[in-house]
Amino acid sequence: MGLWDSYKLRLRRKRYLMRAFRKSRQLRSVQDNTGRIQKGDTLLVCTLYNEAIRIPYFLKYYRDLGVDHFLMIDNASTDGVMDLLAGAPDISVWHTKGSYRKARFGVDWMNALQRRYCHGHWTLVVDPDEFFVYPFCDSRPIKALTDWLDTSGQRSFPAMLLDMYPKGALTDQAYQSGQNPLDIAQWFDAGNYSISKNPQFGNLWIQGGPRTRVFFKDAPKQAPALNKTPLVKWRRSYAYASSTHALLPRGLNQVYEEWGGEKASGVLLHTKFLDTITSKAAEEATRNQHYKNGAEYAAYAQALRDHPQLWCPWSEKYINWRQLEILGLMSKAGWT
Amino acid sequence: MSLGVLMLVHTAFDRAEQVARVWHEAGCPVVIHVDAKVEEAEAKAFQAALGDCPNVLFSARHSCEWGMWGLVAATLSCAELLLSKFEDVQHVYLCSGSCLPLRPIAELQAYLDGRPQTDFIESAAIADVPWAVAGLEEERFTLHFPVSWQKRRWAFDRLVDVQRRLGVSRKLPADLVPHMGSQWWCLTRKTLAAILNDPNRAAYDRFFKTVWIPDESYFQSLARLHSRRIESRSLTLSKFDHRGKPHVFYDDHLQLLRRTDCFVARKIWSRADRLYQTFPNARGDGENQADPNPAMVHKLSDKTIERRNRGRDGLYMQSRFPNEHFESGVTAAPYSVFQGFSELLDDFEGWLALSTGCKVHGHLFAPDRVQFEGRVSEYQGALSDNARVRDYNPRSFLTNFIWNTRGVRQCFQFGPQDTQDTIWLMAKDPNAQISVISGAWAVPLFRSKRPFEAVRKDAAELQKREAEFLKVLRSQWARATIRIWTLSEFLDAPTEPLQLLVDEIGTYPQNRLARLPKMVDMKGFGSFVQTLKNAGMHPYLLGDFPADTQHAPTETPSRRPYLVQ
Repeated sequence: MGLWDSYKLRLRRKRYLMRAFRKSRQLRSVQDNTGRIQKGDTLLVCTLYNEAIRIPYFLKYYRDLGVDHFLMIDNASTDGVMDLLAGAPDISVWHTKGSYRKARFGVDWMNALQRRYCHGHWTLVVDPDEFFVYPFCDSRPIKALTDWLDTSGQRSFPAMLLDMYPKGALTDQAYQSGQNPLDIAQWFDAGNYSISKNPQFGNLWIQGGPRTRVFFKDAPKQAPALNKTPLVKWRRSYAYASSTHALLPRGLNQVYEEWGGEKASGVLLHTKFLDTITSKAAEEATRNQHYKNGAEYAAYAQALRDHPQLWCPWSEKYINWRQLEILGLMSKAGWT
Repeated sequence: MSLGVLMLVHTAFDRAEQVARVWHEAGCPVVIHVDAKVEEAEAKAFQAALGDCPNVLFSARHSCEWGMWGLVAATLSCAELLLSKFEDVQHVYLCSGSCLPLRPIAELQAYLDGRPQTDFIESAAIADVPWAVAGLEEERFTLHFPVSWQKRRWAFDRLVDVQRRLGVSRKLPADLVPHMGSQWWCLTRKTLAAILNDPNRAAYDRFFKTVWIPDESYFQSLARLHSRRIESRSLTLSKFDHRGKPHVFYDDHLQLLRRTDCFVARKIWSRADRLYQTFPNARGDGENQADPNPAMVHKLSDKTIERRNRGRDGLYMQSRFPNEHFESGVTAAPYSVFQGFSELLDDFEGWLALSTGCKVHGHLFAPDRVQFEGRVSEYQGALSDNARVRDYNPRSFLTNFIWNTRGVRQCFQFGPQDTQDTIWLMAKDPNAQISVISGAWAVPLFRSKRPFEAVRKDAAELQKREAEFLKVLRSQWARATIRIWTLSEFLDAPTEPLQLLVDEIGTYPQNRLARLPKMVDMKGFGSFVQTLKNAGMHPYLLGDFPADTQHAPTETPSRRPYLVQ
C-alpha cells in the first residue's frame, strides 16, 4: 500500500471520528456508572432496539465470562428494556432517538462511546443476539485471553459470525426470556464459507452459512458479511469502519496468518434465528433502518413466509468450542 | 542442609507474596528483587506485607528489561545477599514471582540432599545449538547490544547493521566458552560463591553487560568454569511459544501439572486460583521420589508451536488465509479428478466407488448444479448444490469440500463443459490426482443426435477449453499427479489405465480388477470424427483415428470393440 493510499485511509479514519463526535450529541445518558470502570477492566459495547426478551440471558452470559462493565445504547426501544438495566452497577445506558441508519447502523454512536470510555481497555462489541466463544472459554475467563493477547503483542482478536438455527420451522419453539437461545438454535453450517481478501482494509471477507444457502442462493454476492473483529484493545484513535467487520487503522484487521501459519480466533454464535425473527423481520423491513435499506430483512421476511426450514441433513449440532476448533471454524493456535 | 531462594518480582505482588510464604514456611530463606520500575509505594507495600517473615529479605533494586543486563544484576545482588546472610544454605534456587512450587518443598529439599554436589542449570554450548532469537546466534556475544530489543527495535536493528558492516567482533574474556540455557537454575553454594568471587568477575561483568539476553548466558557460561558436576536441565518447568514468550498455565492445566512431577512451574497466570490453592501438592501418600518428567508439557508446547507456525494444511478460515505458494498444503487431503471417463464408460461412478471404496461424485463443477454423490442437495459441511453459490467462489468451494471430507478419499468428474476456475488450484495441488482422457467430450456429442452444426460448434468450444486445461496441467508449476491419454490411446488399451488408477487410490488390495465397466456404444464414431474434420473442425485432442471411415476401428471385429473386459 502506497503512501497516498495510507493517507487516504488516515483521512477516512479522521472522518469517522468526526462523525462519531457529531453523532454523539444524539446520545443522552440515562444511567452513568462509568465512574466505576477500573483500570484493566474488560468492557462491552452494545446497541439495542427492542431486544428486551434477550437481555437477561445476554447479561448473564457475559458476566459469567468476566465482562466488567456494559455500555449500552438504547435506540428508542419500546419494550421496557430499561426496567431490566436500571440499577445495575455494572451497566451504563445511553438513550437515542436518532436514526440507526444515519448513524451508520449504530457504528458512529459506538465509536463515540468507545473513544470516550474504552481507551486502554479490552473492548468487546457485540449485538444482543451474539455470543462470544473463544478457545478455552469453558475454563478460562475472558481476562485470561486478553492477558495472553497483551503478552503476545496482539491488539485485536477475530470472531466470525456463526449463524445458529433450530431444527424444524423457526416458529416451532418459542423463546422465553432468560432461556439460553442455544437450547433452541443448536445447529450450524460447518464448512460452506467463502473467503476472499478485501484489499482496501486488508480484512477477510467471509460469507456463506445458512443465510447464503437459503436466503441468498440466487445472489450469493449480496449475502451478509460474517467476518468480525469484536475484541480490540481500544485506543481513542481507533474507529470501526463498517459494523465490526473492519477497523481503522487497517493493521487491526490483520488478524489472520498469511504465511502458512495459523492465528488464534473465536466465534460469535449468532442466535438471530429464533421464533422472534418473524416478527422482527416484519418490523425491521418496515422500519427501514438496516443495511441496504433493510434488504436483508426484506429477504428474510419473504423467504421465511414460504421456506422456514434452515436445517439440512448435514447441519452440525453445537457442542462446545473444541468442536468448532476441530471443524476449523476457530483456532487456539499458539495458546496452550 | 538447606535451600535458599532468589525471587525476581515485577508484577502480581499478591501472588509473589503467597509463593514467598510457601518457601518461607518450608524453612527456606528468600531474597526478593523488586524491579526498579515498580512504583516506590507499591514496592513498599509488598515489602511490608512480608514483614512478618524474618527470613525474607529484599535486595537492592535494578531496572529489569527483557534481554538486558538488569536481570543479571538483580540476580547477582540477591545471590550476594543470600550467601552473606545465610551461612547454612547449600543450594540456591532462582525463580520468579510467577513461578509456583508444584511439589512439597520437602521433596525438593530431599532431592537436592541426595545430590549435594550437583548444579542444575541448562547450559548448552552456543556453537552446537540453533537457538536463534530474532536471527541472532553467536552474534549475541560478538556484537554490542546497548539498547532494548523490545522498546527500541529500530535502534537495535540499526546498531546490529552498523556493527556487521564494520565487522565488529568482540573478544571473549579468557577461558570463557559461551553457553546458553534456561534462565531458571539451581546452583550449589560452592559454584555460586565461586562465580561471585571469581577474580576475573569484573571483566566478565563488563563483557556481559552488552551481550544480548545475558540472563540466559551469564551463569550458564560461568558455571562451566566452576562447577564440578553440571546437570544440564532446569528444575523449573518452563516452555516457550513460537515468539520466545513463556507459556502460561491456567486452572485447566491442573492435572497436567500434577502428572509432570516437576518441582516448580512457570508461568502461572496470576488469577489461576485453583492452581494457587492446590499447589504445592503431595502426590499419593508418603514421599514421592520421582524424577521430574516434563515430557507431556513439552509435547503440548511443540504441538502448540507447530499449530501456530504451520497451521492445519488445506484449511482456509478467518485466522488462517495463506497467500498463494505459502499454503503448506493447498488442500487438506488427497483426491482424484477424472476427465472423460464417465463419458466413455457406463456407470463409471458406481463402478469406481465399488472398486476403490472411495466416495465418487459426478461433475462437481457442472454448469447447472453440483453433482454430489447421490445427487443430494446438500453435502458434508452443509455445502449447497447450488451452482451460483459455488461459482461465487469456486476456490473456497473446492478447498471447503476437501476439508469437510478429509479422512475419506473423494473422486469427482470434471470436463471442459464445467466451471474452469479451479484448474490452476488443482494442477498446483500435490494432493490432486488428475486423469484425463483428452477428446472424450466428443463421445457424448457423437451420441447426442443433435443437428451437426450445433455439434460442430460445441466441439470447437469444448476442445478449446480442454486444450487450455491441458496446457495448465503440462505447465512447469503443476504439482499434481497427472496422467493424460488421448481418446484413441485409451481405446487401444483401456484396462491398463483403469488398473493403474484403482491400484493407486483403492482401499482394498487386489491384484486384478474383478469387474470392468462397460464401454458405451461407439459404432460409427470413426466416421463422426471424419465428418468433423471434413467440416473444418480438426479434433486434434482425440488422437489418431483412421481417416478411412470404411476401416474405422469401430467396425473391426478383431479389436474386441470397446467392451473393456
